[in-house]
Amino acid sequence: MSKPKISSDWMAGCAGCHMSLLDIDERIVTIAELADIRATPITDLKEPDAGGVDVGILEGGINNTANEEVALRMRSRCKILVALGDCAVFGGVPAMRNFFTLEESLRRAYIETESTDAEGKIPNDPELCRPTKVRGLQEVVPVDVFVPGCPPDADVIFYVLSELTQGRIPELKDNLLHWD
Amino acid sequence: MTNNKITIEPVTRIEGHAKITIHMKEGGGVERAYLHINEFRGFEKFCEGRLYFEMPSITPRICGICPVSHHLAAAKAGDALAGSPPPRPASLLRELMHMGQIIQSHGMHFFELAGPDLLLGFDADPAVRNVIGLIGADPELTLKAVNLRKFGQCIIQILGGRRIHPNFAVPGGVNKALKIEERDDILGGIDEAISAVQVGLKIIKEWAEKNQEDIQKFAVFPSGYMGLVSPENGLELYDGTVRLKDSAGEQLEKFDGQDYLDYISEHVESWSYLKFPYYKKMGWPAGVYRVGPLGRLNTVDKIHTPLADAELKLFKALNNGLPVENTLYYHYARLIEALYAVEQVRVLLEDQDILSTDIMNTCKDYRGEGVGVLEAPRGTLFHHYWADEDGRLKRVNLIVATGHNNWAMSKAVDSVAKAYITTSEIREGLLNRVEAAVRAHDPCLSCSTHAVGQMPIEIDVLDPDGDLRQTLRRD
Repeated sequence: MSKPKISSDWMAGCAGCHMSLLDIDERIVTIAELADIRATPITDLKEPDAGGVDVGILEGGINNTANEEVALRMRSRCKILVALGDCAVFGGVPAMRNFFTLEESLRRAYIETESTDAEGKIPNDPELCRPTKVRGLQEVVPVDVFVPGCPPDADVIFYVLSELTQGRIPELKDNLLHWD
Repeated sequence: MTNNKITIEPVTRIEGHAKITIHMKEGGGVERAYLHINEFRGFEKFCEGRLYFEMPSITPRICGICPVSHHLAAAKAGDALAGSPPPRPASLLRELMHMGQIIQSHGMHFFELAGPDLLLGFDADPAVRNVIGLIGADPELTLKAVNLRKFGQCIIQILGGRRIHPNFAVPGGVNKALKIEERDDILGGIDEAISAVQVGLKIIKEWAEKNQEDIQKFAVFPSGYMGLVSPENGLELYDGTVRLKDSAGEQLEKFDGQDYLDYISEHVESWSYLKFPYYKKMGWPAGVYRVGPLGRLNTVDKIHTPLADAELKLFKALNNGLPVENTLYYHYARLIEALYAVEQVRVLLEDQDILSTDIMNTCKDYRGEGVGVLEAPRGTLFHHYWADEDGRLKRVNLIVATGHNNWAMSKAVDSVAKAYITTSEIREGLLNRVEAAVRAHDPCLSCSTHAVGQMPIEIDVLDPDGDLRQTLRRD
């Protein structure tokens, strides 16, 4: 039997959930034995296999058009989608931006900040994505497993990964469920 | 979209997401390559209205790989804003946490992120050119690397309760003293950590010897250099004076971080969400400079710990005492700093004040404005806050470490693309070298991706109920 394929990506977050994944330390060897690690931010395949993966993991909320595309593509290519961390679950700290208009936030960053020179302008090249309202993952695509925490503990992530790679849906409760 | 453009996306094995576009000339060869940082979050705006002492909790969420940098810079800005300088033991403990972060961040970058290029090769199969591939190729070395990162992360956890987004520094000091058994626990891991860094140094030196051609061909260019220094111009990562040097290694400025606005401005390009800082008096783009490990080692005269100082002398000899300009030597410089950080952990733990419970200054001389500066793993970090009389933030300005290197990363991408892609034949290994030009700087782009695949894709947009809203297609 071939190992289950896992792919992951990060969106509007801080990479902290992926760092917490690395905090499983030497248990990464166990995960490498249980699963086939495909496209992730720390491996070199660029996107989840077109033929599909078993588990897709997304960190971060959705705050621009590029994130929307990542979320939609991962959803369309994975069997089980995991929202990893508070940002993916409900938007997290970056969702504080929703208290302001996009125009206000962009003007502050690229024109009004004290260190920005007189030629400041809002970046708008067609190569760049467009910012949007900040949303949790489930506001854009259906999610199968929610793993809150900022970031979730390494032990929680290890539990989730080992359950998923052995064909079980992890059940988070008691010490495994926290939001901080 | 024209046919003579190559898009690399996402750039992998870096923090955060970026994409590279390489514009080709008719008949082959590179016209110009761009590095686009494709994410905007808006912390400078949405922190307005928050209380200044919340910032050590909010701003670490800028970056989960170096959250301690923002945690401490926010606390330092808070010290200045509230007019409550921390007692000496609190500063020592903050620096200890910072060293833990330098060790985990530098260690992880060398072995887990850049290591696959160096140990498996730029041209290795992309399906295995990663940390899992390293486990297969050299399990013993990989375990050493994992344990080095763990050593740094555990220092952060002992002090701040958790490894990522710790809760420790507050304006005026820290919220917890160090216990004697905790000190001894950390001390017990130092020798192993030093030997792991030394293994890394041996690897990079041997690699450099065998790959001189790449080193001399790969993004070698002049620039200014910036970093914090001690009063004797030694390497300083937590607290010091900002020193700026020109491309010949002559000192341009030495200034108090509080006055950064007199020396640094930021330029905006329409094709990147990351701004381009430069030395104000020389203007854009003449005043560009580099930061981070290479920038710092070019800025300092010495290192205050013996093993790292001996390594610094070898590093300085690479270009006969003049600034080292080779982008690939960032990896070498990073390990020398990691060695310093481990040695500095011992210096701090052996300080007579390290176990003191005098860790909080509760007196205030409220100023309403403050700047916090330190050397994050990737370069000089500035937090600047203005608050009203109730402590509510009116304005926030941040210049993050990777920002200072934005010009250098863009220049390196363009330079490597031009040096290696000389015909219309494009190999994956060549494109990986272009990515490695970004990777060498260990950027912290936190964190976004923009999806342009080689394959046509079709995407269904769902509304919150899971119903189809629209279908997007890319051919």
